[in-house]
Amino acid sequence: MSAAPTTEIKPAPPAIEKIKVKVDGRELEVPKLTPDWQGKLALTTMLQACDIAKKDVPHYCYHPKLPVAGNCRMCLVEFGTPALGPDRKPVMNPDGTPKIAKSPRPAISCATPISPGMEIYTSTPGVKQMREGVLESLLINHPLDCPICDQAGECKLQEYSVDYGQSASRFVEAKVHKPKAVDLGPRITLDAERCILCTRCIRFTKDVAGDDALGIVNRGSYNTIATFPGLPFDNNYTLNTVDLCPVGALTSKDFRFQMRVWFLKETKSVCTSCATGCNVLISSREEKIYRYTPRDNDGVNGPWMCDAGRLNYKWIQREDRLKDVVVRGEKSSWTVALSEIADKLKQAPAGSVAIVASARQTNEELWLLSKLKAKLGAISDSVQRIGKGDNLLVDEDKNPNTNGARLTGMSFTEMGINLSKIAAGISCGEIKTLIVFGEDLLMNSVKSDKLRERELTSEVVNEHGLTKELLGKLDTLIVSDILPNATAHYAHYVLPGCAHAEKRGSFTNRDGRVQKFMQAIQPKGDARAEWDFLHDLVYNVTGKKGFLTIEGLFNEMAKDVPAFSGLTWAALGDNGVTVKI
Amino acid sequence: MIVKRKPLNLFERLYLPAIIGGFKVTLRHLFKKKVTMQYPEEKWVVPEGYRGAPYLVKDQEGSTKCVSCQLCEFVCPPKAIKITPPGPTGQLADRSNAEKMPKEFEINMLRCIFCGFCQEVCPEEAIFLQKDYSLTGTSRAEMIYNKEKLLDLGGTHAGVQKWKHKAEEAQAQENFPVKV
Repeated sequence: MSAAPTTEIKPAPPAIEKIKVKVDGRELEVPKLTPDWQGKLALTTMLQACDIAKKDVPHYCYHPKLPVAGNCRMCLVEFGTPALGPDRKPVMNPDGTPKIAKSPRPAISCATPISPGMEIYTSTPGVKQMREGVLESLLINHPLDCPICDQAGECKLQEYSVDYGQSASRFVEAKVHKPKAVDLGPRITLDAERCILCTRCIRFTKDVAGDDALGIVNRGSYNTIATFPGLPFDNNYTLNTVDLCPVGALTSKDFRFQMRVWFLKETKSVCTSCATGCNVLISSREEKIYRYTPRDNDGVNGPWMCDAGRLNYKWIQREDRLKDVVVRGEKSSWTVALSEIADKLKQAPAGSVAIVASARQTNEELWLLSKLKAKLGAISDSVQRIGKGDNLLVDEDKNPNTNGARLTGMSFTEMGINLSKIAAGISCGEIKTLIVFGEDLLMNSVKSDKLRERELTSEVVNEHGLTKELLGKLDTLIVSDILPNATAHYAHYVLPGCAHAEKRGSFTNRDGRVQKFMQAIQPKGDARAEWDFLHDLVYNVTGKKGFLTIEGLFNEMAKDVPAFSGLTWAALGDNGVTVKI
Repeated sequence: MIVKRKPLNLFERLYLPAIIGGFKVTLRHLFKKKVTMQYPEEKWVVPEGYRGAPYLVKDQEGSTKCVSCQLCEFVCPPKAIKITPPGPTGQLADRSNAEKMPKEFEINMLRCIFCGFCQEVCPEEAIFLQKDYSLTGTSRAEMIYNKEKLLDLGGTHAGVQKWKHKAEEAQAQENFPVKV
């Protein structure tokens, strides 16, 4: 057995010197240096020390993955350092402890580094008063339109108002009114009145997305976030500013007035739009998906994700989804279809079956198909999808599980190389049965504007020789897909499958990180998770019993596939495990 | 515990005194003011603060007050309220700066327990428990009141017009800061 897989491939970081500080009277050792927003080591700040001490320090402008700006002043804390005598030696109390000289002024904990022996006070009456003051000042011109604000429920201003706010405003003056519902870009709406000018969005677009699109215009109370006149805010990462915005100033046009956030059920999942496999939370209510939001995973996507992936969920809820099992054009049932298919496959001579798997299927499903492939001596491959990538998150490979398809042996290093062989096999009559999972074979090297909605992010799929005439020559064409397509139209058996949001499973991303995802909603109609019915089919054909749960299935797969050896479903955790590819 | 039964005495066993006593009560009530109300021809006066059916109200200018914040839907113990938010492309609100109003607002009156939480939680004073107590219908579907019906039944509630004031305040500041 190979060495146990590790979560990170990086070598262990060199030991970092630890220093002792006291947070609210509790002494603890914290590393002197901590990775900053870029991952470079920098002096640990008071806020990070408080974090280690599990003491919440409220903050708006600070974000662990953004440069520190220190402008909201919400994280002010009081602190003291060991007093030094005239001889530059620490002054001692009568009981032998170092005397602490309390700083006469507070400091913003997000930007003040700690020093040895420092004492931080986060819950003194003074600190509480400062927070109340900062909050009151932020609320001077805030419109308080929570009932119509999409951020309500996940708004830091609301949360801190509960903790430190006054029940009534002391201001009698008219509030400064700023533009509302400003069209900032194709996906973003700005409400300038709600903005507390923390500049998180500005720092994100400039320093992370690399598009210096946002800035602050006007002076004093009239400060407003704006883009350069005439230039829309439309890079591929704009929706991250919506997540970053601690208030409801930047809101998503897609999610605008769709649902209140407190109704949404959050399910841990993985984005399927490219091989990066960004970790996401699927927010759903009553079997309807409302949005994707990125889920923190420093090994993959950090706290970000791209707009294209984030908005690529609507196809799951399309009305024309495949919902029925169809046998030769007639609506049928799973029992009938699966037993007929099993009978046919059992009688099929070796070499007469071809399988086109999809690199959008999960590891477990691909593994089950590989069992079928081994039993039938079938030829197999999957379809490659290539699009534009960038150097932040988006990968050129638009299949979420390319590596899974390779590791389970369903495709090869060069994906799609066997497709023309399959075409040749069909045309010379050698291949009589074709099993297609989640791919439209009649879509040949198609440009993005011609693609189905589901293919939103990809530009080109493989070029191969499969045509509808060739498909017509087949004795049996078995197709499993989610949305109707041309291949399914010619199929003898149509098996309705599930989108990733409707089932559990795992993907192997571009770096070989195996990540599991959970079920958010129920499948539509008769649709069943592919691993579920494939398990039945494989059992019927090979006679080998498998597991009826995804956990058992994954563990069984891990024993069988060398690359996954040592893995278990439970050990994948929320953030996945990297295997060698 | 065993309750001992006392045997009836002679006066009680006579039977007639009790009968006469009963007739006396009957006769006394025969000449008193009648208390039976001829419901439904006659109806009682609903007291102030009575918790009847919840209806949506409009403001004094006839605009829908509800902004679809869905707090009532959240707080409703029997989950009788169902609101469909307008979404990004939905109909605009009656008061333009209120930005949104519900696309659909349904209260299942069969589920409603008339607790008044919806009225209490409403930040817009848009839903009130009114004085209707006898709701009837010939089907279950009929008992689900939609937005139109709720607004018709609810009538008008003249209150603080905060959105109007906000709009006026903003208009007064239109020229600040100086637009280029």
